[in-house]
Amino acid sequence: MSTHEISLTVNGTEETLTVESRTLLVHALRDELGYTAPNVGCESGKCGACTVDVDGDAVKSCTVLAVQADGSEVTTAAGLADDGLDPIQRAFHEEHGLQCGYCTPGMLATTHQLLDENPDPSRAAIRRALKGNVCRCTGYGSIVDAVETAAERLRAAEADGEPTAGSQRADPPEPGAED
Amino acid sequence: MFPAEFDYERAESVGEALGLLAEYADADVAILAGGHSLVPAMKTEGRAPDVVVDLDVPALEAVNALDDRTVVGALTTYATLVDSGAVRSTVPLVAEAASEVGDTQIRNRGTIGGNLAEAHPGADLPAAALATDATILLRNRDGKREVPATDFFRGDGETAVERGELLTGVRVPHADDAGFAYAKKTHPATGYAMVGVAAVVETDGGAGGDVSDGDDPGTVSSARVAATGAVDRAVRLPSVEDALVGQSLDSAAVDAAAGEARGDIDADRLRSDAYASGEFRGELLETYVARALETAAERVAGDAPTA
Repeated sequence: MSTHEISLTVNGTEETLTVESRTLLVHALRDELGYTAPNVGCESGKCGACTVDVDGDAVKSCTVLAVQADGSEVTTAAGLADDGLDPIQRAFHEEHGLQCGYCTPGMLATTHQLLDENPDPSRAAIRRALKGNVCRCTGYGSIVDAVETAAERLRAAEADGEPTAGSQRADPPEPGAED
Repeated sequence: MFPAEFDYERAESVGEALGLLAEYADADVAILAGGHSLVPAMKTEGRAPDVVVDLDVPALEAVNALDDRTVVGALTTYATLVDSGAVRSTVPLVAEAASEVGDTQIRNRGTIGGNLAEAHPGADLPAAALATDATILLRNRDGKREVPATDFFRGDGETAVERGELLTGVRVPHADDAGFAYAKKTHPATGYAMVGVAAVVETDGGAGGDVSDGDDPGTVSSARVAATGAVDRAVRLPSVEDALVGQSLDSAAVDAAAGEARGDIDADRLRSDAYASGEFRGELLETYVARALETAAERVAGDAPTA
């Protein structure tokens, strides 16, 4: 067994920690550092609940060794907005794109990559992009609705010259919308 | 679920990786590329290497498109294969097969080298490597070795890679005017192919178009058709290929060639598992050979109304 000192930038905060070779990124984030947005679901790289953004790519953090991520910038669903909800989170909230919410942090991370690369995806493209994110309670219809709504708003914001993600929001947060 | 304990070594060059393979010659060493097969296997399938050598070698992430061939570095991710203009324009079958791998997150991390070296019987890239007539590039401390894809896949998880060797890349010849396609019946949970068929078909002229509409795509001068998922490794289908050559690439020829597919594989070699019987995979094979050939015919240079 070997241990390794690694550095990660998580949601903009520099973190240094010592991990075993076998420590998975999701456990380093959750158990060592306290970033609990990525959830542990299937643990075998299929369900996508653990998805986070690593250097711009949606990645299943249960299938990456923490030591592999040394030096990376990691953004979890909780780091998408500086304050309140970002437009994608808000659309999931309004369109009922979640029920129990367990899969949601992963859905959000993958959706971020999709809308960065394709601001106007078809419903088929949305389903294809989210293939690696499994929901077992809401059903996918309202999730696809949420991504469409988020895409529309982000395009509108882009046309207005506003930042497309982060702290911009039209309304004050609704009670219970943040946790 | 956690992997068993192991020692982790990071290699930042091919030389370093080969040095580590030599240093740990007596140990059970696993080479880590994207890790999207290895890490799950270490968590759930009892894979317990003593040492993991992580390839962190930017030189192996390069795509080099030359006049008549494209060399793809082993660490090129599926996502890069799908997005790369060079790959899409010079070896589009590779991009198409890569687009069918797993899901968004897996394509972001998984690599062509890992896919070929793992040699999963339902993996997508081995079929593309066979149909494009690719060559697998290997290195050891004594030098380089090249293995044609047709001689590379030896069984479920078994390849021509020898101890101390590293798969560094794939050389894919161009087939500029050929029609191509990868048609896949995806297992909905695993993402692997229950059956996948890759085809590259060249013709001597013809107008192209939809074979089912009676358009003339020309006479087949060469065909390479390969299947994954059907047996324990990706295989070429020579009877299908032979049935195509010299024929006008119309729907009758496609159906006739597809009808040869099961003749290339002994029935008892067909994979049978909890997901599908061998008999069902045999049925899928014929259907997906036909689908791949239909799409390839539509894309033959000349050409497809949709192109």
